[in-house]
Amino acid sequence: MTAAKEAKEKEAKEYDDIPGTFVFDADRSRQGYHLNMFCMSLMKAENRKAFKANEAEYLNRFALTPEQREAILKREYNRMLELGGNIYFTAKLGATDGHSFQHMAAVMTNSTQDDYAKMMLAGGRSVEGNRSRSGLDVRKKPRARNASAKPAAKSKLRSTPKRGKR
Amino acid sequence: MARIIAGVTSSHVPAIGAAIDLKKTEEPYWKRVFSGFEKSKEWMAKTKPDLVIAVYNDHASAFSVELIPTFALGCAAEFPPADEGWGPRPVPVVKGHPALASHIAQSVILDEFDLTIVNKMEVDHGLTVPLNLMFGSPTEWPCPVIPLAVNVVMYPPPTGHRCYMLGRAIRKAVQSYPEDLRVVIMGTGGMSHQISGPRAGLINSKFDKAYLDGLTRDPKKLARIPHIEYMREAGAEGIEMVMWLIMRGALDDKVKEVYRFYTVPASNTAVGHIILENASGSPKGKRPVPTGRHAPKRRAALEAKQVVVRSKR
Repeated sequence: MTAAKEAKEKEAKEYDDIPGTFVFDADRSRQGYHLNMFCMSLMKAENRKAFKANEAEYLNRFALTPEQREAILKREYNRMLELGGNIYFTAKLGATDGHSFQHMAAVMTNSTQDDYAKMMLAGGRSVEGNRSRSGLDVRKKPRARNASAKPAAKSKLRSTPKRGKR
Repeated sequence: MARIIAGVTSSHVPAIGAAIDLKKTEEPYWKRVFSGFEKSKEWMAKTKPDLVIAVYNDHASAFSVELIPTFALGCAAEFPPADEGWGPRPVPVVKGHPALASHIAQSVILDEFDLTIVNKMEVDHGLTVPLNLMFGSPTEWPCPVIPLAVNVVMYPPPTGHRCYMLGRAIRKAVQSYPEDLRVVIMGTGGMSHQISGPRAGLINSKFDKAYLDGLTRDPKKLARIPHIEYMREAGAEGIEMVMWLIMRGALDDKVKEVYRFYTVPASNTAVGHIILENASGSPKGKRPVPTGRHAPKRRAALEAKQVVVRSKR
């Protein structure tokens, strides 16, 4: 496939319109294979020990891209998802650090653990205003192409969070 | 003859398992969740199924990214609990039913559902948490369990329609098994939740409640929900609700809703639970005799159908 064709295909994914969401599709699965296999390796106690002893050296065992390495070392969980990581795998890294899942959720949502827990207790994050990045409320019309779809409030969430902000 | 008598759905939130294992079920937060399953445990104790078919998904425990089967049927004699990073959950080993499982595999593959047969597999919280919710914490699970693992981790999972039709094929397979077994089928996972990315924490109770209504009354409508709608409305991980449609496809068209429970949150997730009994209750899964305004016409249509079947023999 040519680069142009690939770019076009990428553009056509209607779920990329969902804000704050990295869908772990077959492309990301391919891209993140080694990242996820690294996370999978942390299921074993001896690997967790080796990783903790020298993270950078341990990562040499896996064919990671420089971006993936950096994201892992800096614990940038959203960036990992963007680069092909899957949450059920990256959660193993969080667990290796001794963090609860809620800690990871707080990092990913740029919130504090306390605020995140409070939001969940109050009924969670509302879907209102969080359906679409393009501002099209396509609830009744799953095909985004449909031009008659009603515009709704633009989402506040960005799919790609600002870099360097934790 | 074996037959499916009822279907159950239940969330499989890992934190529910942790609350059980760490004996936190009496804490107010968790009591709210567990109290919703008291009636279900009573129902299960009364129903005493001979076997459970449990539709669930693996969470990077038995299957990593090396192997991603869309449908994987557990045909082994037993399935040990997986070590998910904190040691295996202190729950009994799940005993399978290799004879019925391989019968189902053979039947559905010939019905064009090319599923994967798994003869060695560990099972994670996706399977064991719903068993706890329905059976409590016994030293042995009271009946054999056939696990059916569905890929909902990598997009795309099977479509809702495909899941529903697989349920139909499983029902047919069970009904052609000679041993007299009363089977309960469980669909696990859901309801609305997103645990990944900046939109994590999403809950959509309106969607969930409509989904529970549809599950009882109009599952075929649910089977047409496209993936994008699950992800948009019920969160990226809420898409796992397609697994419930396998359960629903295996039941009669008309079912009796005997119990429902819904609460928010358990950890990051909306907990939804429903118990549906086959309305017919007939061992052969016959439809009940039609009543009402159009009854004579429908009765005639049913009889006509039966004649066609007879003439084939």
